[in-house]
Amino acid sequence: MRIRPPLIPGKNVATKHEAKPTSRVLWVDRFLMLIRIGFIFLISVGLLAFIAQQIDPQNPFARWINPDATGLTAAQFKGLLVTGLAQGAMYGLIALGYSMVYGVLGFINFAHGEVFMVGAMSGMITSNKLADAGLWGDAFLPSLVFVVVTSILVSTAVAVIMERIAYRPLRGAPRLIPLITSIGVSFFLQNVSVVLLGPGAKSYPSLPTWLSQKRSLIGFEIEGTKLLVLLTAAVSMAGLWYLVERTKTGKAMRAVAEDKEIAALMGINVNRIIVTTFAVGGAMAGVAGILWGILFRSVIHTTGFLPGIKAFSAAVVGGIGNLGGAMAGGLSLGAAEATAPLVLLEPLGVDGVSQLRDAVAFAVLIFVLLVRPNGLFGERLSEEDRA
Amino acid sequence: MTATSENLSISDVPGVAWRKQTRFAMVGALSSVFVALAGMPVGLDRRSIVYPVLSMGYLSLLWIPFVLARLAGTETVLEGMVARPRGTKDLLAGAFVGLGSAGGLALLMVLIQNFDLRDPLINWSPQLLNLLVFNRSLAVGIFLWLGLGATLGLLGGAMHVLPNRFRFHFRNVVLSVLAVSFLETFLTDLLQGFGLEVLTDLIYYKRGGLEVVGALLVAALALLAPLVVGTRITDTKHKVLSLPTDERRRVNLVLLTVSVVLLFVLPFFLGKITNELLANVGLFVLLALGLNIVVGLAGILDLGYVAFFAVGGYTTAVLTSPNSPGFSPELPWPIALIVVVVLTGIVGLFIGAPVIRMRGDYLAIVTLGFGEIIRLLFLSDWLSGWFGGAQGITNIPGVNVGIATVKGTDPRSVFLLVLVFCAIAIYVSWRLENSRLGRAWMAIREDEDVAEAMGVNTTNTKLMAFVVGAVLASFSGAIFSAKVGSIFPTSFLMLVSIIILVVVIVGGMGNIVGVIVGAMVLIGVLGGPKQPGLLQEFSEFKLLIYGALLVWMMLKRPEGLVPNVRRTRELHQEEFLQDAWLKGEIDTGDQEGAE
Repeated sequence: MRIRPPLIPGKNVATKHEAKPTSRVLWVDRFLMLIRIGFIFLISVGLLAFIAQQIDPQNPFARWINPDATGLTAAQFKGLLVTGLAQGAMYGLIALGYSMVYGVLGFINFAHGEVFMVGAMSGMITSNKLADAGLWGDAFLPSLVFVVVTSILVSTAVAVIMERIAYRPLRGAPRLIPLITSIGVSFFLQNVSVVLLGPGAKSYPSLPTWLSQKRSLIGFEIEGTKLLVLLTAAVSMAGLWYLVERTKTGKAMRAVAEDKEIAALMGINVNRIIVTTFAVGGAMAGVAGILWGILFRSVIHTTGFLPGIKAFSAAVVGGIGNLGGAMAGGLSLGAAEATAPLVLLEPLGVDGVSQLRDAVAFAVLIFVLLVRPNGLFGERLSEEDRA
Repeated sequence: MTATSENLSISDVPGVAWRKQTRFAMVGALSSVFVALAGMPVGLDRRSIVYPVLSMGYLSLLWIPFVLARLAGTETVLEGMVARPRGTKDLLAGAFVGLGSAGGLALLMVLIQNFDLRDPLINWSPQLLNLLVFNRSLAVGIFLWLGLGATLGLLGGAMHVLPNRFRFHFRNVVLSVLAVSFLETFLTDLLQGFGLEVLTDLIYYKRGGLEVVGALLVAALALLAPLVVGTRITDTKHKVLSLPTDERRRVNLVLLTVSVVLLFVLPFFLGKITNELLANVGLFVLLALGLNIVVGLAGILDLGYVAFFAVGGYTTAVLTSPNSPGFSPELPWPIALIVVVVLTGIVGLFIGAPVIRMRGDYLAIVTLGFGEIIRLLFLSDWLSGWFGGAQGITNIPGVNVGIATVKGTDPRSVFLLVLVFCAIAIYVSWRLENSRLGRAWMAIREDEDVAEAMGVNTTNTKLMAFVVGAVLASFSGAIFSAKVGSIFPTSFLMLVSIIILVVVIVGGMGNIVGVIVGAMVLIGVLGGPKQPGLLQEFSEFKLLIYGALLVWMMLKRPEGLVPNVRRTRELHQEEFLQDAWLKGEIDTGDQEGAE
């Protein structure tokens, strides 16, 4: 027995809707495709030239593009990689803050880089005070712990106050409004540092020699400071992972990130969770600030800007809202930034490559957003933000 | 439950919200301490407002109790509710808030006296203490400040108690004294141009600031002016508005012509400094008008707008300067301008095309990235064979316009040139706003999906916004490089993009008049990224103020100083709907149709 009338092609309109919608290919799409292909082409040529050069410096392919290229020794490459990874760990810690806030509130907290700067500044103040008292040299580890704790407290406080004053009143406003506000906050915090502490660069006290000397570890020559940075980042990351995945607060955070209203219906205090998110992000930024101080021993009011943008790139690379991804994104961005100028650009015949480090970081950001806007490890966003 | 609405409004009238007052008092204390430690009292002390009574340094502290007491007393009266009757309690509350603010300062003074925190805090100095205690002893200082704070707070609270008439005159007097004092450089210059030095000598002290007599004179004028003019201005306005359309258009045309002629004649009566200042304002008006199209009309947040300014400036430099390192055709400026416009348009397309499909916030960050990449490329050694790297390009010739050469040493000519381009930009913006393209932009700003469903080609439309914005910025860049005569990558920091954004937002997104007002107020008074404004003493603090202003505007008045009607509706849609609902208007049809 037939329930439905037979389908007659051309007569039955209802099935037409099932057909694939005709997709128009706009010139913009073609242009985008061209850009992507160009990007990938450049990267592969640079990489191939680099490999050719490493195999045989007299290789005609390597000579063809840049006759002056010298290539890298294994030790140089490892050195660059370690430097990159140490910086990347720091970016990763900052990126966690971006990622968490984006996951929960769905906006880019542009001022997060400044929270990091505030952490670095407060670390500078306390460590210098400790150095004046002679404690920094004599009892380095306890004083480092003290410095880290104060800096965590200060940047957490800044992050929480920022949320309370600037972002909470704007919840539910169009997406760009809090973004613009956060730009204002970032500008404000930078200049607060200028007017309160003065515009010049300030330096951290020198580190004890046992820390800064090189030691070898599984074939890598690592400076103690970089080792310390990597270790601290790993410990913080583990702590954060425990907080988010194993505690009740973390569960609540994930619930709020998934859907604020339903989380509220489940008895979660959404405001408190959002504040907690900002606080945790601020704490991570505080730790990262100290790591910056240890790595570069100098801090200025614009310190937060570039690492902030790079950390945001790292968060995007890792898939925004994805915490493990943020850390992995940070590490890979740091490594790319340190090695890419010499590995990719020099074989391509670009002069003065080390000046283009920051440009590389931005290019990575643009490239990832063009090719894979969801990041390498996928986004974890709430329903409303996926739209 | 049985209470009628009338009962409710009488018995439930709340008293003064003391918790709120306490909060404001604490905010006042914190902000006073912050302002003091930021170095404003010391840094701004050399500029007097009314000599020898009030300097800007003290003003930076004195406004806090007044304004906070006023704000603390403000209560929003919802539609359908009755406002609380005001009385002595409000005065007390004001005084309390003022006292709190002064209390913070008093605490700070005691701390400065007893501790030395000069190491991290650069302004923690005996100089600050001296200034705070009025060069007397600590006890006297504390006493004076508490008295001052309480009085000013009382005055702030009184603003809610006194009748409207009084408030109107009070505001007039205070604002005009401040304005006349702030605009000193400009007014002196202008009056000198007309040969009226007598007047400026009368009101201004010779080393800056109003004299007491001058201040009184200005205050008297501000009091008398509304009495003399009365309602005549509004009457005329109503009369003009009630004229038939074609007649009104004629009146408008006459007014427009007169003001344009005045504007073009004005530079000849002004001195070098004021012309320079106005030329800078004009450059920023151009930039802000361009960004207004991108952000204000199309709703695309472009944080790398300075890139187009940079491309315009560098292209002009390369094409006209004999010192251009790589390629030096030494074209005359007008021909170079054509190339500049075409090239910047193309750059606009190249930057716009990849980002146009992104989410709004990703787009903002990516444009910022593009802006920085372009600056880093201009700075790099790699391209220094073309753009000179950190050394930049020098020796850019001025603009030869037959009768004269426009260059930086002659700010008047620069201002005139800028004025011409501003006129073009204003005309273009105005025509575009009401065109098919402009409406498409606004539709996209309001809802991109709906706009697309209505048949707007969103991709091309958004790209057009990028291109038009880029071209306007390139005008500014071209004039800038001819004006300054040399060009360096440091002129194109991200800071510039942010400052232009602040100008557009403070002025009023999507409103041409707003943007011009924003540029005049911010760039003219506070100064641009490198250009000094009328309040040169503020140069240390202007970026701080820009940041605070941006946050404050976004929180309190996202539509800007001179709002665009449609944009305001978008931003306050919920409030409009709520008001309409309370007034029972909601079923009269849609909001647009009600007008």
